[in-house]
Amino acid sequence: MELTGAEIFVECLKEEGVDTIFGYPGGAVLFLYDELYKQHDKINHILVRHEQGAVHAAEGYAKATNRPGVALVTSGPGATNAVTGIADAYMDSVPMVVFTGQVPRHLIGNDAFQEVDIVGITRPCVKHNFLVTDVKDLATTIKKAFYIASTGRPGPVLVDIPKDITTARCEFHYPKEITMRSYNPTVKGNKRQVRRAIDLMLEAQKPVLYTGGGVVLSGAAHELTELTRELGFPITNTLMGLGGFPSMDKQFIGMLGMHGTYEANNAMHHADLVIAIGARFDDRVTGNIEKFCPYAKIIHVDIDPASISKNVKVDVPIVGDVKNVIVDMLEEFRSRNERPDAEALVAWWKQIDEWRKADCLKYNQDVNAAIKAQYVVEKFWEVTNGDAYVCSDVGQHQMWAAQYYRFSQPNRWINSGGLGTMGFGLPAAMGVQMAFPEETVGCITGDGSIQMCIQELATCLQYHLPIKILSLNNGYLGMVRQWQEFFYQKRYAMSYMEALPDFVKLAEAYGHVGMRIEKVSDVEGALKEALAMKDRLVFMDFITERENNVFPMVPAGAGQNEMILV
Amino acid sequence: MRHVISILMENEAGALSRVAGLFSARGYNIESLTVAPTDDATLSRLTLVTRGSEEIVEQIVKQLNKLIDVVKVMDLAQYAHLEREMMFVKVGVEKNAACEAVKRLSDIFRGNIIDVSDKTYTIELTGDRSKLDAFVNALRDFRIIEVVRSGSMGIARGEASLHV
Repeated sequence: MELTGAEIFVECLKEEGVDTIFGYPGGAVLFLYDELYKQHDKINHILVRHEQGAVHAAEGYAKATNRPGVALVTSGPGATNAVTGIADAYMDSVPMVVFTGQVPRHLIGNDAFQEVDIVGITRPCVKHNFLVTDVKDLATTIKKAFYIASTGRPGPVLVDIPKDITTARCEFHYPKEITMRSYNPTVKGNKRQVRRAIDLMLEAQKPVLYTGGGVVLSGAAHELTELTRELGFPITNTLMGLGGFPSMDKQFIGMLGMHGTYEANNAMHHADLVIAIGARFDDRVTGNIEKFCPYAKIIHVDIDPASISKNVKVDVPIVGDVKNVIVDMLEEFRSRNERPDAEALVAWWKQIDEWRKADCLKYNQDVNAAIKAQYVVEKFWEVTNGDAYVCSDVGQHQMWAAQYYRFSQPNRWINSGGLGTMGFGLPAAMGVQMAFPEETVGCITGDGSIQMCIQELATCLQYHLPIKILSLNNGYLGMVRQWQEFFYQKRYAMSYMEALPDFVKLAEAYGHVGMRIEKVSDVEGALKEALAMKDRLVFMDFITERENNVFPMVPAGAGQNEMILV
Repeated sequence: MRHVISILMENEAGALSRVAGLFSARGYNIESLTVAPTDDATLSRLTLVTRGSEEIVEQIVKQLNKLIDVVKVMDLAQYAHLEREMMFVKVGVEKNAACEAVKRLSDIFRGNIIDVSDKTYTIELTGDRSKLDAFVNALRDFRIIEVVRSGSMGIARGEASLHV
């Protein structure tokens, strides 16, 4: 039977098992929306209030579930509004398929109403993109899009569909499998390299595991935990890798990098072996690359060959899916008679425990002083038993969330790491809450970030998303102000937030519950009260210490061990 | 160091701009670039000449391989290889003496005069880059009206090859 392009579109989504999509209608996608209307019992469409929200929500959904998020937007401004979220997903390797409407084929290149070359615009920030030029190609293109987005190193794929394709007809056939001669990601690690890696691990005196978002994306947290425990090595996580290893475990030495712990950065600096798994030696991790890990041999496991030896020369590269490689490592390790040098490890742990004594995340919360952001995050961790999904925006609050919410499971920490997109938090939380309606979803944000996608409060009302927003309000763009304090002689250029709205009234205007918390003694009670409102979105505006800084800090250009502690 | 990189890619709209965009986005330079379909019309062969340290060229090859439309990449610097470039030069020959001299130079460089008017000769010349440079240099005393160069194409010697 012949179907229209719009019908094919919906059939393909069903074939891919898509149950939820985030989007915003417009002229070029009217036929697609008409079909979604007819089949609304099959696919749940969430109407956002700005296309950026749709894409971040799809990201949140994907990051929490490891399944591709799906967004649908119209041509022109609809598509350009989605670009930030697409670039964000590209940097954080988020599996996502974005459908954009396009003007009818005969008008392409004509400067038609709401026309933009979105395939051209997004080319540098997608894993791949397609312009569909024949309805006969539509189903195969969508199949390819999901395949590319979710395999190898995941990423966003954009499919641009001209309006006339959505009404054209053809026979529908959805390919069960797809092979592409130009795309065959390597998923199995080279066995010889795995053996070499184990050799190095057995010889090491001061080893450290440094693992990132790849562990979470690959679903390898369990395997990583097994490997780490059997090796007995210290482990640090990147910002994106938090939750990949239980952070209350004694082998966990905290996050590394610019705002990493004293023990993690020192362990990296003094290590003689660094085992990097699903991490990419980002500049926020390495600090000054010339001073990075001066004594270490480096093993690097990554599914993307281009990540290996990009920033740091690697001794043992292993290209493959992180999970497969860890399983192979475990098998190889168990087959050996030798074990890591126990004496050396005891000495190494002793040294690490010395660094731990610096207690670098310590802060003093005077009950009568202003609320410290760290205290709010720590209390939130306590009252949620460390079990919530935590989304964040970008800035100081993001770092505090990463430092003080101790994640024990993967996929629970949802933030914008690579692109650093303010405005990510709230829509991402919507995506997570859609995926897990019964779970506690928190959005830790600041008074700057929250205003970048504040319109999504309306979406939350429409779909009854009981997100708990923790606004760590200090009246500043805190991270900008911190840099200005340290490096620009306290010239606070445009980093203040005068004329902040009354967030309580704002939340209420959107139909939600608003709270303002000004006293330390009210923090815990407010959190508990908010969490008890299972079916309401609660906006908690914590009025926090104004000029509070994130420590430790590796200043730009410094080596990893050159941290400012207080 | 100078590297000649051969790329086989899907003959699809936008594939070329993915390659060109990759170079500009990552700050790599393109010295020349030439592209045309192969005997298999679904594939294009692209030859790109770039300069960079070994680390940069390694990264370029990896990034090229990462593009979904790219089927295969070969850095010809790793192989014994041939390299040729084609050039058209249009020279003003208003004076009789110029006609003779230009014809003689063209013969010396094994070029062909492929078009003649009462004021111009157009010469076709194929060779490696330095030969083409030398020819342009030799024509310095004449009035060069136009130079059109194809950019280099390359192929590995012997059994080594780039194919699907």
